Amino acid sequence: MRWGVLQFPGSCDERDALRACTLSGDKVRLVWHEERDLDGIDAVVIPGGFSYGDYLRAGAIARFSPAMEAVGEFAAAGGPVLGICNGFQVLCEAGLLPGALLLNEDLRFHCRQLDLIEESTTTVHLSTPESAQVDSRTLSIPAKHGEGRYYAPDEMLDGLEANGQVAYRYAPGQNPNGSARDIAGVRNAAGNVLGLMPHPEHAVDPLTGSTDGLRVFQAVAGNPA
Amino acid sequence: MTRAGADAGVDGGPSLTSLPSTGAEQPAAYEVLGLKEAEYLLIVEKLGREPNDVELAMFSLLWSEHCAYKHSRKLLRRLPTEGERVVMGPGENAGAVAIGNGHAVAFKVESHNHPSAVEPFQGAATGVGGILRDVFALGARPIAILDSLRFGEIDSVRSRHLLDGAVRGIGHYGNSIGVPNIGGEIYFEAPYEHNCLVNAMCVGLAKTDEMVRAAAAGVGNAVVLMGASTGRDGIGGASVLASAELGEGDEAKRPTVQIGDPFEESKVLECCLELLEKGLLVSLQDLGAAGLTSSASEMASAGGVGIDLDVARVPLREADMEPFEIMVSESQERMLGVVEPARVAEVIAVCEKWQTGAAEIGVVTDSGQMRVLRDGTLVGEMPVEALVDGCPLYDLDPAEPEGWIYGNRTTLREEATSEEILLALLAAPSVASKRWAFEQYDSVVGSRTVRRPESADAAVLQIPEAGNAIAVSIDGNGRRVACDPYAGTVEAVLECAQNLACVGAEPLGVTNCLNFGNPEKPISAWQLDRAVSALADTCEALGVPVVGGNVSLYNEGPEGPIYPTPVVGMVGELPDPAVTAGSAFAREGDAIALLGPFSPSLAGTELAKQRGELDMGLPRSDITAVAAACTAVRDAIRNGKLSSAHDISDGGLACALAESAIASGLGCRVDVQPLRERGCSPEDALFGEGTGGFLISGDRDSFDSLGAIPIGEVGGSTIEVAAGDRSFTVGVGAAESAWRSLSSQAEAARR
Repeated sequence: MRWGVLQFPGSCDERDALRACTLSGDKVRLVWHEERDLDGIDAVVIPGGFSYGDYLRAGAIARFSPAMEAVGEFAAAGGPVLGICNGFQVLCEAGLLPGALLLNEDLRFHCRQLDLIEESTTTVHLSTPESAQVDSRTLSIPAKHGEGRYYAPDEMLDGLEANGQVAYRYAPGQNPNGSARDIAGVRNAAGNVLGLMPHPEHAVDPLTGSTDGLRVFQAVAGNPA
Repeated sequence: MTRAGADAGVDGGPSLTSLPSTGAEQPAAYEVLGLKEAEYLLIVEKLGREPNDVELAMFSLLWSEHCAYKHSRKLLRRLPTEGERVVMGPGENAGAVAIGNGHAVAFKVESHNHPSAVEPFQGAATGVGGILRDVFALGARPIAILDSLRFGEIDSVRSRHLLDGAVRGIGHYGNSIGVPNIGGEIYFEAPYEHNCLVNAMCVGLAKTDEMVRAAAAGVGNAVVLMGASTGRDGIGGASVLASAELGEGDEAKRPTVQIGDPFEESKVLECCLELLEKGLLVSLQDLGAAGLTSSASEMASAGGVGIDLDVARVPLREADMEPFEIMVSESQERMLGVVEPARVAEVIAVCEKWQTGAAEIGVVTDSGQMRVLRDGTLVGEMPVEALVDGCPLYDLDPAEPEGWIYGNRTTLREEATSEEILLALLAAPSVASKRWAFEQYDSVVGSRTVRRPESADAAVLQIPEAGNAIAVSIDGNGRRVACDPYAGTVEAVLECAQNLACVGAEPLGVTNCLNFGNPEKPISAWQLDRAVSALADTCEALGVPVVGGNVSLYNEGPEGPIYPTPVVGMVGELPDPAVTAGSAFAREGDAIALLGPFSPSLAGTELAKQRGELDMGLPRSDITAVAAACTAVRDAIRNGKLSSAHDISDGGLACALAESAIASGLGCRVDVQPLRERGCSPEDALFGEGTGGFLISGDRDSFDSLGAIPIGEVGGSTIEVAAGDRSFTVGVGAAESAWRSLSSQAEAARR
């Protein structure tokens, strides 16, 4: 398994994502934003940060980068893609994921450890032939953003829920940003592109708080391409 | 910046762009620029002629208090600066100490007080930007930010506006650049109402043999300006604003505060680290206060060389800028590098990769002169030595005040019960949880943060590169320093040492920011003099060198000076990030004990403030005994003997108990009789403050060998304290509600 972690000018969490992939026991390399070549890469991470400064609208410029063109083709071919925070915003801007991320309801940046609930459809990707059923769990993962309020029209939200595209929700009472229906992460219809606002790459080491984030990487890696 | 610290960036009063003619009815140009007549005459003597506009502008900045430290440099010679772990000491962009395995941590604290008082969001943001550049200028990757903030009382609309703006500004810059903000402190006191303090500290990590100094070297080498283009922002900030008192009409200066661009800084940071990793730079310096003037002059001075700069080669935001404007602009996100001629093309290629600017603007010479050219025509020429070291240094004229000069305000009724007092202290914004603020900062990026804000007395960062961890603390209680500048400053250093001990760390080095009033006034001079002596004596006694720092003077508003506020930042090392301690009680049934030479009194406390009883005088600390207690706590934590450790600080033992209880949700039952036996009244024991007190919990059997005195045990859902006629019981929930009230107090700004 070889991961590619995109790096834009203004990325912040790309080294953390590299470390998380390594701790997962996998190989990994950075993919510079001007690269189009994803050869040899089995799964892509679009990391957190403020790509190109995000002064216009989070992710609005990064979606036009050469690397994102390549990620679009990679995703269309069924390649697994994980967008974290800014990566989630980029994927929404690129149209690879439904919905949009708006400014937090209280217009403040918040950094806090919180509980995420895996939707049962997410655990499907964690199951192996031997253990067809994996229980949904509550994951302790930090979130840190000022622009993470998930929004989609009601009909679209109904559709996402019906199709099993809601991947993670904030635990009751812990929604930090006013996201619709407590949604913290969604996937595309095909299931191979996943985006979430909280940071699983910051939950891979018991010393820094939790190892629950490893399950998110596994959920992406285990997704059949 | 080495000497040109921070606090720059606001054009104070008359602008350099409108130099008045020197008629009899108008002040001379040099006066407008903040120079005294004797200083001007000295410049004429050193040049052998009158300076032209370019030269006068450059001298006025480098000879400002802010850059020349002319009222503090003599005092600073008292500080101990050497030690076997010191890699870089004062004189570089930041100090650095070795942490083992070929690695060093670089760190420094700097002020951005006056810009923040005028425009808090950008003032605080660019304060963070400036201190980050100081650290990566050494070749160290910034791994942590801390901040120390002071505002007027929170019931003031102005204070809430400044608090809100400063916190958002710090978050905006630090969050956007991917450096975690791991700790800090905020105090609210009336003397900061007009002149808030925004001090930011940065810690960076480097391989010791890859670090770079700021000294220009190699005659014929190119001088390359990297990063943002140069505009008309912050012209004259270091001289006329940062080196003068705030006054009426400061709002008019708002348009000249620089606007921070963290995206540009992020690119420049990565670019500079890549350049250093590739060995492409001979030396590197950031541009802060006084812009190109100070960075180029100081690089030349440190290297004993001269520099020729051609301002026509500087990329500009506005085409028609005058040479003196280009030389003194304080536009942010710029770095100056010295590069061998053969490597300039490689340097420019790396800058292009990171989409940041790069221009070869000058050359290192053997002339000893700072020469400014425009398109090859000489427009200014000054001896580097005269610019950087020629400013006269002044002796202070200190005088002790005859009494308390800051006033008193009573907010707590005289007949308040112990329970009411405890809740009032916990709700005091200076004591209350600062979660509202620190949750607006990214504290986890970088994957190093083992102890986040509020989980322990000091932040702990793992350093896998060196196989260990570091701990960082920043402290300085201005109110107590006002009561006794010597004793209060000793306390600030000891508080840092105690905080580090509480996570099992051993101090390695100190940085400091001395925030004081006008040094030309006797009381402020006395406060500064006493504080520097205390800083020197305490660091000497602890064996911890001062490796860098910053001085911010003239912090006064119309009502007078701020509390004298030496802010101390301390960095320590611990061998194993997995073996540390938090401040929360951990287990029901654990014994609670006091450790250390703690003999609290009400002098200078939060309670004395609320009762309107502040006055001069603080008890002296026994530095040696406190140091011994720190060692005992540190060793006990490293041996895994303690469940929790918490320094007894603001609000006294009662607040320390409440904080450990709130953090765990576990109550406690305590009897303060051992403190009574030390001569404390029940109130002294509960709410008195002073150094040397550790509140620890753990297995009772392990306390005897530590010399700790058991006072109770962990358990239940109330904080139950026996203290004679001041005994009380408060629910942990009620205590928490009071302690978490900062959010509602601060958010009143938005309603």
